[in-house]
Amino acid sequence: MSDESKEYQLRIVTPERVFYEGPVDMVEFNTTEGQIGVLPGHIPMTVIVAPGILTITEEDGVKTAALHAGFAEILPDRITILAEIIEWPDEIDKDRAEAALQRARERLENRDTQTDLARAETALQRSIARIEALK
Amino acid sequence: MASMRDIKRRRSSIQSTQQITKAMKLVSTVKLQRARAGAERTKSYFNCMYDTMNSILKRVGAVEHKYLNSGTAGKKAVILISSNRGLAGGYNNNVAKLITRHETWKKEELLIYAIGNKGREILSRAGYEIKEELPEVMEAPAYADAMFLTERLLQAYEAGEINEIWLAYTAFKNTVSHIPMLIKLLPVDRPEAVDLDGDGKPDQVIEGGAPMNFEPGDEEALDLIIPKYVASLIYGGLVEALASENGARMQAMDNATNNAAELIDDLELLYNRARQGSITQELTEIIAGANAIQ
Repeated sequence: MSDESKEYQLRIVTPERVFYEGPVDMVEFNTTEGQIGVLPGHIPMTVIVAPGILTITEEDGVKTAALHAGFAEILPDRITILAEIIEWPDEIDKDRAEAALQRARERLENRDTQTDLARAETALQRSIARIEALK
Repeated sequence: MASMRDIKRRRSSIQSTQQITKAMKLVSTVKLQRARAGAERTKSYFNCMYDTMNSILKRVGAVEHKYLNSGTAGKKAVILISSNRGLAGGYNNNVAKLITRHETWKKEELLIYAIGNKGREILSRAGYEIKEELPEVMEAPAYADAMFLTERLLQAYEAGEINEIWLAYTAFKNTVSHIPMLIKLLPVDRPEAVDLDGDGKPDQVIEGGAPMNFEPGDEEALDLIIPKYVASLIYGGLVEALASENGARMQAMDNATNNAAELIDDLELLYNRARQGSITQELTEIIAGANAIQ
């Protein structure tokens, strides 16, 4: 597989733009089933993205981004992530993310029958992912 | 024959209309360029989504799923994408005709989700039930808008209020060609299952030498992916409609400007003729007067 490791293509597309395109060594992100790391030669698989950090290991360094929603198609020679929401760290508003984290925590602590739990939890995960990506 | 003053007044009024249509044409040209770039950027997302969706559907075969099998009762939801402003030629009428002139649909079985004011006006005048109106979306379509609408539609779909979801929009082929389209979003049409070995079961779709795996399982994956698929179709419809709207307006304003130029030319001729007529008449009067004195 040594020849494949040189040319593992990552393509991240969002509805508004092509977010990333290029050869990578490894991609790590969260899925609904847990965290995964994808190396060249992976078996074909389609996974659903859960909010978290996306780590792209390139030949000369590591890039991170906050990936919130979408799904990924993994093939032995390439990986395509269809991301509904994804941000580079410098696109994140830190104060806003912290305020959102605070709000989501409060909503989960003071929950009642009216609270939309799934929504509050997603908001919590998103704001955590954003703050993590900034570090 | 109209007097010289009347012709002059009419001509200057047409001239100022022409200035407005010319300015509007320039504005929509710029907007069209921006909208077209947006539509092209969305294409790659949409194509990826479509391919993935098809490969999944081929693989799952004859599974029972709420998004794949239509319920029995319920109305049809139709999302109509039109513009908020007029002066775009036949743009709004053409897309509304898909619904008003549909061969089998009856007024009573439709619920209209209207994006854009003009389409809503046409349909509510024709007596259709407008379930929701979202005019502000057309100002700057965002993916979040499509997600929001998808959520609302899927809630109604799962509650059994509606059993089909359709999208009426204007596809953007190129600057001069825009085609009104009506497509079915839900239930998803299943592509024909491939059965080459003839064992009565659909074959696995082989991609890159190995079958595709799903994590979580096929059905859960469908639960999660189909809403994203619907949202991406709606978003694609929105951005293409925006490009078409500006293309249609550009064409309409171009025609208006040309027609105004034609009218001005005609009036110019009339005016000159009237002027010459009045000069001739004056001369005849002077000569006649001079002859009378002698």
